[in-house]
Amino acid sequence: MHNTFYSEILTEHNLHPTHKHELPDANYELEGVNPSCGDDIILKLRVDDGVVKDGAFVGDGCAISQASADMMLDLVIGRPIEEAKRLSEIFLRMIKGKITEEEKEELEEAGALEDISHMPARVKCAVLGWHTMDEIFEDPDKAKKG
Amino acid sequence: MTTSERKREDAEIRKDFPLLSPKTAYLDNSATTQKPRQVLEAVSHYYESENANPLRGLYQLSLKATDSYEQAREAVRAFIHAKSTEEIIFTRNATESLNLVGYSWTADNLKPEDEILITILEHHSNMLPWQQAAKRTGATLKYLECDKTGNITEEDFRRAITPKTKLVCMTHVSNVIGRTNDLKTFARIAHEYGAVFVADGAQSVPHMPVDVQDLDVDFLAFSGHKMLSPMGIGVLYGKKEILDAMQPFLYGGEMIEYVTREGATYAELPHKFEAGTVNAGGAVGLHAAIQYINSIGFDKIQEREDHLTAYAMEKIKEIPEVHILGSDDPKEHHGILTFTVDGVHPHDIAAMMDEDHVDVRAGHHCAQPLLKFLGTMSTARASFSFYNTEEEADRLVDSMKTLRKRMGY
Ligand SMILES: Cc1ncc(COP(=O)(O)O)c(C=O)c1O
Repeated sequence: MHNTFYSEILTEHNLHPTHKHELPDANYELEGVNPSCGDDIILKLRVDDGVVKDGAFVGDGCAISQASADMMLDLVIGRPIEEAKRLSEIFLRMIKGKITEEEKEELEEAGALEDISHMPARVKCAVLGWHTMDEIFEDPDKAKKG
Repeated sequence: MTTSERKREDAEIRKDFPLLSPKTAYLDNSATTQKPRQVLEAVSHYYESENANPLRGLYQLSLKATDSYEQAREAVRAFIHAKSTEEIIFTRNATESLNLVGYSWTADNLKPEDEILITILEHHSNMLPWQQAAKRTGATLKYLECDKTGNITEEDFRRAITPKTKLVCMTHVSNVIGRTNDLKTFARIAHEYGAVFVADGAQSVPHMPVDVQDLDVDFLAFSGHKMLSPMGIGVLYGKKEILDAMQPFLYGGEMIEYVTREGATYAELPHKFEAGTVNAGGAVGLHAAIQYINSIGFDKIQEREDHLTAYAMEKIKEIPEVHILGSDDPKEHHGILTFTVDGVHPHDIAAMMDEDHVDVRAGHHCAQPLLKFLGTMSTARASFSFYNTEEEADRLVDSMKTLRKRMGY
């Protein structure tokens, strides 16, 4: 009926996120805020031996910010930090409209957000989770818990 | 008025607005309005046949430019019923007008023991200049709260004002709730206390007759772009005796009489506050916008805006998941319907409505403290102008009804 960006993949991740919960044994956590939408999440990661063993987020925001964070965690849990960083770099490039089909495949469901590249007002929502994760990797001391 | 009469009137008005089309329902008129052909043509005409640097040249063209600029000032004076054109200062927008007072008036008039009283309803443009002035002068900034429908009573105001209050700043119509403040009463009380009263007319001047002498406010700020004019032209009205006593805001060309190496004597009002080359094209556009508004008439403008507000509110009442902020009475909205939809984030509301070609605003509407006070972070807002139609209101309502389903509920 509607020619919509709000695909089932996106709304499903928003309404029924797999990774939106507390994570008591997280050893890293960082808040990410997007002042334009008021999106506000706290990303929590459990990292052991350079591998993202588990991850979760809490907070609120628009469907795009919430779904994107959930898709991201689907993708990076179980992967080494270096892999997660590489995928994040691809995601951020996708949002700027500059990736190949193969790269998009690698992003799995997060590839569904490709059209954000035509919605400049929503870019910040889509990248919130990813930026927050990058920040944790760049400055782990800041995000270290306890 | 019958439906067919209304449709005829819609068509009559909309033919003047080149940007309006049946494809898109533009419902973000509180942010900025579209411009009628008459305004665009007046601006073109100015640049095609009258443009020179006003107030400077001695040749015919510059005199013509000066004339057009000063005629615009007279049109603004008459429009808001000011006593003289010396009281009309052209600025870029309401924000600049408020900052002018925020710097120039407060510099010599506020002391650490003084209080500034503003309301929680204010747009950031009528809040941040006073926060900053309070920081600079040491004065205390106090907030007057409204009730949940946006109402502030005379009793509320009397409880908040004190003998220390030197300055009261208040919006005429709230850009979030749409409610009108009774400025005439509040300004009278402020004056009883010897305070100066600054009114933000950004959302009132485009929609209702405003008479600064009747309201007896000391300052009134508004923007041209919210009332059919080009962007980049705004107005500060100020009472002559207050403006006369104020120091200049910006310094440079055009605002001086005589300059030496050590200093300068300043030009007479209003030029003292218009440093540098002015926006003559914008002023000409504002003049044409005022003529256009007068040709339609505020009676018709208000009838149309109130009708659309009531028409839309009646239908929105039937949608259980949609909630409108403020009063249940359409007359208390002035075309502004700020709303939430259960379970749907306002940015998703606006994005889905965009897919339906219904343009609404989402976010905090530059009034974060107000939204926090009302218990929300962000909302969506549809705002009507007299050129909108019932059909566009229907499209708003139809789109609203689909939102939850589209979000997967
Ligand atoms: C009540 C109110 N005051 C001030 C402003 C600021 O207007 P401008 O951005 O044109 O300076 C606005 C515009 O959004 C407003 O709605």
